[in-house]
Amino acid sequence: MSYLEYNVKTVPTGLRKVLYLNWSLVLLLIAVASVGFLMLFSVAGGKMDPWAMAQMKRFALGMFLMFVIAMIPIWFWRNMAGVGYLLSLVLLVLVEVMGSVGMGAQRWIDLGFMRLQPSELMKITLVMMLAAYYDWLDIKKVSRPLWVLVPVILIMLPTFLVLRQPDLGTSILLVTGGGVIMFLAGVSLWYFGAVIASGVGLVTSVFLSRGTEWQLLKNYQYRRIDTFLDPSSDPLGAGYHITQSKIALGSGGWTGRGFMQGTQSRLNFLPEKHTDFIFTTLAEEFGFLGGASLLTLYVLILIFCAVSAFQNKDRFSSLLILGISVTFFLFFAVNMSMVMGLAPVVGVPLPMVSYGGSAMLILLVGFGLVQSAHVHRARQK
Amino acid sequence: MKRSPQDTEASARKITRRGLFLGGLQVSFAAMLVGRMRYMQVEQADEYRDLAEENRVKFSLLPPARGLIYDRNGVLIAGNEQNYRIVIVREDADDPEAVLNRLRKIVWLDDADIKRTLDEMRRRSAFVPVTVADRVAWEDVAEVAVNAPALPGITAEVGLSRSYPRADDFAHVIGYVGPVSDYDLSKLEDPDPLLQIPRFQIGKSGVEAKMELDLRGSAGTREVEVNAVGREMRELGREEGRAGDNIQLTVDADLQAYVQARLAGESAAAVVMDTQTGDVLAIGSAPTFDPNKFVRGISSKDYSALLNDKYRPLAAKPAQGTYPPGSTFKMVTALAALEEGVIDPGETVKCWGHVEVHKRRFHCWKRGGHGPVDLAKSLRESCDIYYYDIAQRVGIEKIAEMARKLGLGERHDLPLSAIAQGLIPTKAWKREARGADWVIGDSLNAGIGQGFVLASPLQLTVMTARLATGQAISPRLVRSVNGVETPVRNDGPLEISTSNLNAIREGMYEVVNARRGTAGRSKIVGDDLRMAGKTGTSQVRNITAAERARGVFRNEDLPWERRDHALFVCYAPHDNPRYAVTVVVEHGGGGSTAAAPIARDVMLQAFYQGKPPLEAYPANQRGTIQTRQRDIEEMLEMPHDERVKAAEGRA
Repeated sequence: MSYLEYNVKTVPTGLRKVLYLNWSLVLLLIAVASVGFLMLFSVAGGKMDPWAMAQMKRFALGMFLMFVIAMIPIWFWRNMAGVGYLLSLVLLVLVEVMGSVGMGAQRWIDLGFMRLQPSELMKITLVMMLAAYYDWLDIKKVSRPLWVLVPVILIMLPTFLVLRQPDLGTSILLVTGGGVIMFLAGVSLWYFGAVIASGVGLVTSVFLSRGTEWQLLKNYQYRRIDTFLDPSSDPLGAGYHITQSKIALGSGGWTGRGFMQGTQSRLNFLPEKHTDFIFTTLAEEFGFLGGASLLTLYVLILIFCAVSAFQNKDRFSSLLILGISVTFFLFFAVNMSMVMGLAPVVGVPLPMVSYGGSAMLILLVGFGLVQSAHVHRARQK
Repeated sequence: MKRSPQDTEASARKITRRGLFLGGLQVSFAAMLVGRMRYMQVEQADEYRDLAEENRVKFSLLPPARGLIYDRNGVLIAGNEQNYRIVIVREDADDPEAVLNRLRKIVWLDDADIKRTLDEMRRRSAFVPVTVADRVAWEDVAEVAVNAPALPGITAEVGLSRSYPRADDFAHVIGYVGPVSDYDLSKLEDPDPLLQIPRFQIGKSGVEAKMELDLRGSAGTREVEVNAVGREMRELGREEGRAGDNIQLTVDADLQAYVQARLAGESAAAVVMDTQTGDVLAIGSAPTFDPNKFVRGISSKDYSALLNDKYRPLAAKPAQGTYPPGSTFKMVTALAALEEGVIDPGETVKCWGHVEVHKRRFHCWKRGGHGPVDLAKSLRESCDIYYYDIAQRVGIEKIAEMARKLGLGERHDLPLSAIAQGLIPTKAWKREARGADWVIGDSLNAGIGQGFVLASPLQLTVMTARLATGQAISPRLVRSVNGVETPVRNDGPLEISTSNLNAIREGMYEVVNARRGTAGRSKIVGDDLRMAGKTGTSQVRNITAAERARGVFRNEDLPWERRDHALFVCYAPHDNPRYAVTVVVEHGGGGSTAAAPIARDVMLQAFYQGKPPLEAYPANQRGTIQTRQRDIEEMLEMPHDERVKAAEGRA
């Protein structure tokens, strides 16, 4: 649909748009973020500083951004997709060239008031770019090899740059997120079969290349895989994170040890307890019920997004909404698998809960786009 | 771009179809996560909770206070002393090196101490206290406390360490404690976790070692919550340990001190035993050493000095040392002969100074001979020929049997480091140990307590007590443990006829009190305190025929190591025995001159529970005795470390 068609159908205008926001989604996001504030308050030993207050401010900023983005018509964002993608790509190259060094990887650009991680931005702009591409592409051409190659290149360019940083977690998110949009857009299943087959081949070659001059991953990434496969091999080194995280989680029991009573986090046994491993604190202090509740909130967000996407007849909007919800899913799925010892430690935060500015702002920007698509969808009179 | 409505519908349908499939995948994955969470948090919760507790809670042991050791009158012999050490905590000291340099102005520290402290601080976490100086004087600790503002991170800690207020008096009895060595641990099957505590000390010798389990007590525990780097966050619980049992010895500390002072300068041993209860009232060994040095860590110079001393200060001679008993063994031979009926107390044997047995000549100590000798005279004048004769008649087996009955050749059960068994030879023993048959000469030598016979001063004391009382009394060193009395061990009357015992006692009485008795110079004046005893002079070498011909066996002419051992055993009062005393002076010469005077002094000291009146001594000896009493009093007033030097001076 083009904006001309919107005019003939009912699209809210002006401040009336606020009434058409997906308020359930807004409430769910506030609920999830509140869980985050509570946990950050707890891991700081019952203090708002240093994390909870800062996180609340950022959340407020993010919500504001979300509303602003939601007010702007979705076709504007579709037209901006190419610009956003190119900008993210340039920034990624920029960090590669001049980014500051931190945590053993070059990942951010210092903007003065915040550190911008172009790889985070790319998670959204890639989804936008692919959704716009498939909106533009004739549906009949979707599965033709040449037209399949284009999105593959669009995905692989940023992935390659992110992998060089090196940031395995984000690379996986980009590839999977991009692949899912291709799948939703209707690319023939044969391609996916082929990709899965070559993926198996790639994993094999990753392991076989280890120790040679041509090894595909950094040594520390190999070590993470090693400790994931056998955490007990290095209980005080890299395996320490996984082991302590599992202990914290497991010791929570049904109802947990009580708010601010988690010994693992309070006594600093948990690594990165306010960022990537914050879920273990939640699970330790509120037990299975607490952990399952947060997971339920996440699944509800996915469901509301899916419903919104299915209601929307605009191809760009549907693909965008589902793409962003899949990115969101990948965040929490990878993070939780990681802390439960089901996946290697790859450094993916728990969305909306982990302390950290970039990830939260980017996700709220993403949900701003989701809201914009929701508000500006064509409605029957 | 413009799209036909059909295309739009088709696109939306495809997105919905694939979207639903994807949503299904997502929900299944979420369900899998819930399942995993349930498995970990519900099924395995206990296991993980244990692991979390293990992480969080650390146990540490609280060392118990070691049991105290008292003498029979409640005088402290081994106690626990507060010991101050100065420690530094890196995170509290801004600049550890500067702080240590300021500390040096107060407490004496050398460069090595400073270096060791700084090294250790670098190795340990910032909050771990590192010992700078150990065993610091209270005055220094006070000064450190006053200067605390200038010494951030410095604190004084107090611990308990063993101390022996009676120092060298009891070195061989109670021994000493020391740090646990790997060797100590290797000897134990299931070592008490207490032994792993740094600085923990265990008994290394004497009563301290033998009664370690009573003295040690049991550990208390402290449960603390620690964080990931091991810092203590708070104390969760504390259970005080049980202090070790207090032990009361049968020894009288004042008598023991007297004995040590009286023996000082000699290489000697003395034992005082209560004949009724078997209580060991004093068990002296000279020379001695200060066990406190071992507790603090003895310098290698001091240690090698102790090791190289020919008087062997480290040996516990009363129980560990064995000597040929010489003539003090004659009571055994005589009693065996009397009991077997091979001789009558009145029967005489002619002594010509020597006797020929199987073409070998055996000498009496008196070259001219004693003439006709009956039992009383044989003991009084210690005739050897008499015993050669009766030993042949009664045979070694009966002599050995009697020796055992009197407590020789037996390892008496006292909590001391090494209790010698001694040696009472028999025919079977010789065949087994020496691979040779018993010859008649062996019996002759054994009959006068020479040859193979070996006994410790402790055993000789038991023998004397049994002879005096006719009871099978055994020695006792521990009076009570934690207030519970140790039973006296008396196995009842010896199966020896009283008339025979009386004949022996009469002979022993004459040794001291008759005109020609060998210990006549050591008699006690006063009818109620007459002493009975027996001298012994045991050879540590063979006298060659040439020497005998030249008449050279004056001990003074020989080097110390080859002189005879001097022995004396006695009990008193002779008609109502209360104390048995044995004195052995290694290479001291004659029993009558070197050992008997000491034994008499000790006996009187025991009786009067302090300095005896001069009237107890024969009138012509009182001058010498008075001088000696004054010497010893002076010595007892000196601090212990000076006593050792004074003793060396006297030697």
